[in-house]
Amino acid sequence: MIEFQNVSFSYEKERPVLREVSFRIETGEAVGLIGANGAGKSTVMKLLLGLLSGEGKILIDGTEVKKENLKEIRRKLGFVLQNSDNQMFMPTVYEDMMFAPLNYMLTREEAEARVDAVLKELGLTELKHRHNHRISGGEKRMAAIATILAMEPEAVLMDEPTSALDPYNRRVVINTIRSLRQTKLITSHDLDMILDTCDRVILLSGGRVAADGPAEVILRDKALLEAHRMELPLCLQTRK
Amino acid sequence: MNKMEKALHELGEMDELAARSSPIHELNATAKLLSTVVYIVTVVSFPKYALSALVPLLLWPVLLFQVSGIPVRVCFYKLRIVLPLVMAVGLFNPFFDRAPLLQLGPVAVSGGVVSMLTLMLKGVLCLMASFLLMATTPIDSLCASLRRLHVPKMLVTLLLLTYRYVGVMTEELAVMTDAYHLRAPGQKGIHVSAWGSFLGQLLLRSMDRAQELYASMLLRGYHEHFHYAPVKPFTARDGAYLVGSAALFLLLRFVDLAQLLGSLFVR
Ligand SMILES: Nc1ncnc2c1ncn2[C@@H]1O[C@H](COP(=O)(O)OP(=O)(O)OP(=O)(O)O)[C@@H](O)[C@H]1O
Ligand SMILES: [Mg+2]
Repeated sequence: MIEFQNVSFSYEKERPVLREVSFRIETGEAVGLIGANGAGKSTVMKLLLGLLSGEGKILIDGTEVKKENLKEIRRKLGFVLQNSDNQMFMPTVYEDMMFAPLNYMLTREEAEARVDAVLKELGLTELKHRHNHRISGGEKRMAAIATILAMEPEAVLMDEPTSALDPYNRRVVINTIRSLRQTKLITSHDLDMILDTCDRVILLSGGRVAADGPAEVILRDKALLEAHRMELPLCLQTRK
Repeated sequence: MNKMEKALHELGEMDELAARSSPIHELNATAKLLSTVVYIVTVVSFPKYALSALVPLLLWPVLLFQVSGIPVRVCFYKLRIVLPLVMAVGLFNPFFDRAPLLQLGPVAVSGGVVSMLTLMLKGVLCLMASFLLMATTPIDSLCASLRRLHVPKMLVTLLLLTYRYVGVMTEELAVMTDAYHLRAPGQKGIHVSAWGSFLGQLLLRSMDRAQELYASMLLRGYHEHFHYAPVKPFTARDGAYLVGSAALFLLLRFVDLAQLLGSLFVR
């Protein structure tokens, strides 16, 4: 369970990014966080992970996000960064995937079994021993998602998981997200993907929650989306 | 591929070198680390005119290059930037220390020249030894072993992040120079007028990225115990390597092999 209570935040004093944002995500829910560029989606994610701190209260399973609790909280959350180059820091994909499980005291055998299972599920077995600086941007994105799944987190946060992916891998990611039982919070400009993977959508605009409701309703509301610099998902647009 | 990307690739190659396998790669990181430290201390401890006594210490890196299969070429190629700096350290000695030290036929060699050459050789030997350590040991294993030797967490994390930061910075530099040249076609290098903003941007961008990278480590449970680093157990073989190499260094330190050989032949 993730809860934001009147959270405000600004990077620079005069320019608030979030103003009194409140929402509540129940365990197991799949929520899409949408909004125009600069609406504050990535900021919400970073606040949630305790990488930034603002005013108001953020609770994860009833535990407040603050310095003393960070270890416990981060253990539960898996975060796919918007920029995969910053996510992958070990020499090879394999070592990157082993990083978290080993830090969480799994044995090498257990960790390796997990890594293999995730790679197999994502169809990435071929990438296992590749060097991170020698794979393509899209492959790196897939690998980054794999590193997070290997953590087996209780909730998965993904910042633009399908950007940089080709249609095939995009589909693989969508199917993977759908198959995850965890709580999911996903930001994207790919509203078709949000429609495919999320039951609920939160729309951020002007630092506030402009709409919060079932994906089927919000993503079909042409007037609402256009008022906040967005468009209907492609699959719902009728061709002229 | 532009120059910067090439530099980046080289850095990546360090990882790849360290991931190879050879009898040296198989050794425990702590054993290698300590042996390297003893080597460097030995080299540094030679007196300033002890050029001929120092030469036999070349044997060790040569042996390591052979056994580990790391090409010597790669070492000098990678160290080509720091090498001249290290070599330059003793450059002024000949001017200060002009007293003739030995007579080679008609040429009198001054103490300054000998001490300069000694200093240069010391520098090269130490660099080679450090390079060999890095090229045969993954950085994370090295950090893990430093932790085990109770080197403070802060220092070890700093070392690890510096290693990664250099990568991030070259990567940003590559992207930025590319972007610059695409908009300034036909121009060689970066115009002086842009240096300030270029450097500033580079620092800010790489700092942002490094910060995010560190965050990504923290989010995946990083702590300074390096559980994730592959650690080879310290076996009898590692003990033998450590004791054997240290004994060899001490022997070379106190027995002047060059002179000994010389006195065998020239009599
Ligand atoms: N480090 C920073 N310093 C100052 N301002 C920042 C910083 N990071 C983001 N901002 C500003 O905060 C606002 C929200 O940024 P954020 O990255 O959360 O947007 P976003 O919704 O994720 O956008 P996008 O869709 O482009 O990823 C933007 O206006 C941005 O300019
Ligand atoms: Mg963003």
